Amino acid sequence: MLNYDIVIIGGGPAGMAAALRAKECGVDSILILERAETLGGILEQCIHTGFGLQYFGEELSGPEYASRFIDLVNKEKIEYKTDTMALEITQDNKVYAVNKKDGLLEIQAKAIILAMGCRERPRGALNIAGTRASGIMSAGTAQKYVNIDGYMPGKKVVILGSGDIGLIMARRMTLEGAKVECVCELMPYSSGLTRNIVQCLDDFGIPLYLSTTVIDIHGKDRVTGVTIASVDENRRPIPGTERLIECDTLLLSVGLIPENELTRAVGIGLDSVTNGAVVDEYRETDHEGVFACGNVLHVHDLVDFVTLESQTAGEGAAKYVLGKKQKGAQVTTKGTGMVRYIVPQKINLNNEGDVKLYFRVGNTARNATVKVKYGGEEIISRKRPRLAPGEMESVVIKNEMLKSFSDGGVLEITVEV
Amino acid sequence: MTRNITCVTCPMGCSVTVEISDSGEIISVSGNTCKRGEEYAKNEITHPQRSLATTLRVEGGIYNVVPCKSAGPLPKEKIFECMEAVNSTCVNAPVKLGDVLVKNICGTGVDIVATNHCPRKG
Amino acid sequence: MMFDVAVIGAGVVGALTARELTKFNLKVALLEKCNDVAMGTTKANSAIVHAGFDAVPGSLKAKLNVKGTAMMPETCRELHVPFKNIGSLVLAFCEKETETLKELREKGIKNGVPGLEIYDSDKLHSTEPNVSSEAVAALWAPTAGIVCPYELTIAAAENAVKNGAEFFRNFAVSKIDWDGGEFTVSDGRKEIKTKYVVNAAGVYCDEIAALIGDNSLSVISRKGEYMLCDKSMGTLVSHVLFQCPTVMGKGVLVTPTVDGNLILGPSATDIEDKENVATTAEILALVLEKARKSVPSVSTREVITSFAGLRAHLECDDFIIGKSEKNSNFINAAGIESPGLSASPAIAEMIAGLIAEDCGAAANPEFCPVREEPVRFRHMSNEERKALIAKNPAYGRIVCRCETITEGEILDAIHAPAGARDVDGVKRRTRAGMGRCQGGFCGSKVVELLARELGTDLNEITKFGGDSKILYERTK
Repeated sequence: MLNYDIVIIGGGPAGMAAALRAKECGVDSILILERAETLGGILEQCIHTGFGLQYFGEELSGPEYASRFIDLVNKEKIEYKTDTMALEITQDNKVYAVNKKDGLLEIQAKAIILAMGCRERPRGALNIAGTRASGIMSAGTAQKYVNIDGYMPGKKVVILGSGDIGLIMARRMTLEGAKVECVCELMPYSSGLTRNIVQCLDDFGIPLYLSTTVIDIHGKDRVTGVTIASVDENRRPIPGTERLIECDTLLLSVGLIPENELTRAVGIGLDSVTNGAVVDEYRETDHEGVFACGNVLHVHDLVDFVTLESQTAGEGAAKYVLGKKQKGAQVTTKGTGMVRYIVPQKINLNNEGDVKLYFRVGNTARNATVKVKYGGEEIISRKRPRLAPGEMESVVIKNEMLKSFSDGGVLEITVEV
Repeated sequence: MTRNITCVTCPMGCSVTVEISDSGEIISVSGNTCKRGEEYAKNEITHPQRSLATTLRVEGGIYNVVPCKSAGPLPKEKIFECMEAVNSTCVNAPVKLGDVLVKNICGTGVDIVATNHCPRKG
Repeated sequence: MMFDVAVIGAGVVGALTARELTKFNLKVALLEKCNDVAMGTTKANSAIVHAGFDAVPGSLKAKLNVKGTAMMPETCRELHVPFKNIGSLVLAFCEKETETLKELREKGIKNGVPGLEIYDSDKLHSTEPNVSSEAVAALWAPTAGIVCPYELTIAAAENAVKNGAEFFRNFAVSKIDWDGGEFTVSDGRKEIKTKYVVNAAGVYCDEIAALIGDNSLSVISRKGEYMLCDKSMGTLVSHVLFQCPTVMGKGVLVTPTVDGNLILGPSATDIEDKENVATTAEILALVLEKARKSVPSVSTREVITSFAGLRAHLECDDFIIGKSEKNSNFINAAGIESPGLSASPAIAEMIAGLIAEDCGAAANPEFCPVREEPVRFRHMSNEERKALIAKNPAYGRIVCRCETITEGEILDAIHAPAGARDVDGVKRRTRAGMGRCQGGFCGSKVVELLARELGTDLNEITKFGGDSKILYERTK
């Protein structure tokens, strides 16, 4: 059996940032487990630029952003195993993992950081009728084929879902010579970043059809077309609006789901909105010594925020290992109205710093006011020119404020328009 | 005349309004929240630019292609021309992140640089 | 090439028949029009081994169902195919349906179905707590069970090939000539010669029979649509739950699958096009509504995929199995709809027996009934896993994360007799791509492994043969 102070499951941006911060905080015995052949996670296939503006103040591609952390992990001599899949976490924080070289690994950890990322929702989850022809895949799968393998997965493309990966792939496929017929979005707004709509669709004259979905898929062996239709306010197709669009490929970009199989199996409490663990301000779950960060905790819009959050988790895990993270009085956070969720869900009142709360809204709004209330009383009010479901928001709770709270209190965030 | 431009310099996506005179000169820029937004909006009117991220063929590498990008922004109207130039280029492995793969692409003065490593196969 | 018997169609009946024929000293060809076995009716049905109380007493359906169901546990043991004898319940929602239960029980007794019992409401709800409170009674059949039909077929074909049968994929029979002593069976490109032909062509059995001038069969393709739910729903019910049957079939059922998912369906729509296995929004909505009648807590949130299959229905509403009127060396296995899967071991035995008797074939002394158990990493203990990887490191690399499928298992599937040649073939043999992400992560890895092992380019790999290629040319 191997022994490490901290075992990190996932060597993407979250896992690497957590490892580096933990090391900085004085923990040397760290092991990262990564299932792919290299560190870097999904960034390796995200060859477009736009990463790092917040964190590095410059615009990097995914592999460049990842390589800065990979270089640091190597420089700091943090141990990692690639091509290694974690199979199980036990109640006493043991990790079982497997790879070709070591076979089955049994690793005892003092703390575990979950950084497994997320996966794309498949077609089945949408229950789209039609055939099961070839040519239907998630946008991320297409991205891997084009950017890593160097093959075209289609030539005449319809994209369902205007999430960022869908938008990015619309441009990518177009640049490589495919015709992207349209992007359909079920909701009346896009969940992607505005800049991506401009740069990836408008620049190439690709239409974005809002409140529109794919209701049927045609083609026996390969997709030959899809039927799209407008939807009403209840997201139900409106009869008479059906339209056949010829295409050989349907790319799905219909949402991301945190990959919490290991988390669920060990019985860690999950948030039904984020589909990630319920955590405190250091991203510790309700299972002592197990932390979570990045997209496995909640789906982020920008990798820069993943890095920041994972540093917090890395710091928390280090404090835990070094015996500096004490249990004590807590308040819980609660999003109301437009606020769909808040991370963290719990805050320890013995925390010595400020706490940043990240949240997402369920609707677009202009000139809104974000209000933080404690015990029903307004304690913070911040103007926001625009809020969108695709973009993560945050608000800082100052330490002085935290000190005035008491155990069992509820901190509420709401948005007034 | 005014033109509404969505700034794409950063993920904020500010909606910027540019006021243009009849002779085509920029009179004012509003709605931006930073200096870069103003510059972007002015550029969009006079000479729009985009950066390009794509892949380039590699021989003898562990992958068929290596990701690359333009080291600086390219004239927007030249994007497809630059794509063609990239697609007709092939480099031998190993490729290192930061290697210049195409110098001065399509006479734009901008280089195409590798954005990841591609080690030799085997 | 000269054969004693050519079996047309590698569905569950064709594959089991081919296997059964190799018990005799016969040279057997298994011809399949698709790129893999189990691509027709076998691929998409309810995966139920029926007790046998539905069919009209005295019919072939009744006889072969009860016999086949009795043979199923042993067949599955030999072939190492999971079979779970979970029993079935037919639910009654009113007094009239309770009467139907009694009629079914009477029929079942006549058919020789053992152990039938009528449960009252209390017994029903204590047995299946998630069944609708509207259900007032149920017919319990202890011999019913669940089996994966394509796993059974894959295993049977593998075992048949192991015992000397030859498997021809992409062999779509278009011409059969008889010269008085033997048939020449051709797909327009290749041809084989054979003394006997078994027509196990599923919804195409009428067209295959017509090739020798036998126009006695007229198949109605009946489409059934299904929904498959996530494993988190697999324990919602613990038995096969039927509703009372109608003229169109046994109605919508709710049942766990051998892999621990929950399946809902089928619908029943008669259609013209024998290739139409598209699902439709309206019918799936209807399936869900009907499934909810039995189990109200079934939810679309947990649906991971939906699919449709065709069943070959004949006007006479019975199987037609035996020598064709046009040629006694041509054996029909026609109209094999439900309970075809349940009856399949008995159908295979009947056909093989008929041919062996006809030509006086001796038993094959070399025949081995056992198909070796495939490696299933996900079901192993950690000790077993250690030993396995030490022997072959390919089992140490997980390809499909959702279902924990290793590279070694995928290589086994490709290199098995009558092995996988496409992505869906790997999926059916190993479950890679069958989980929550439906191949989002592992799909491209499976394509890579197939290309590597088959020695072709990535863009030659298909989803399920034919024109179902996954990739076009290289980007540059």
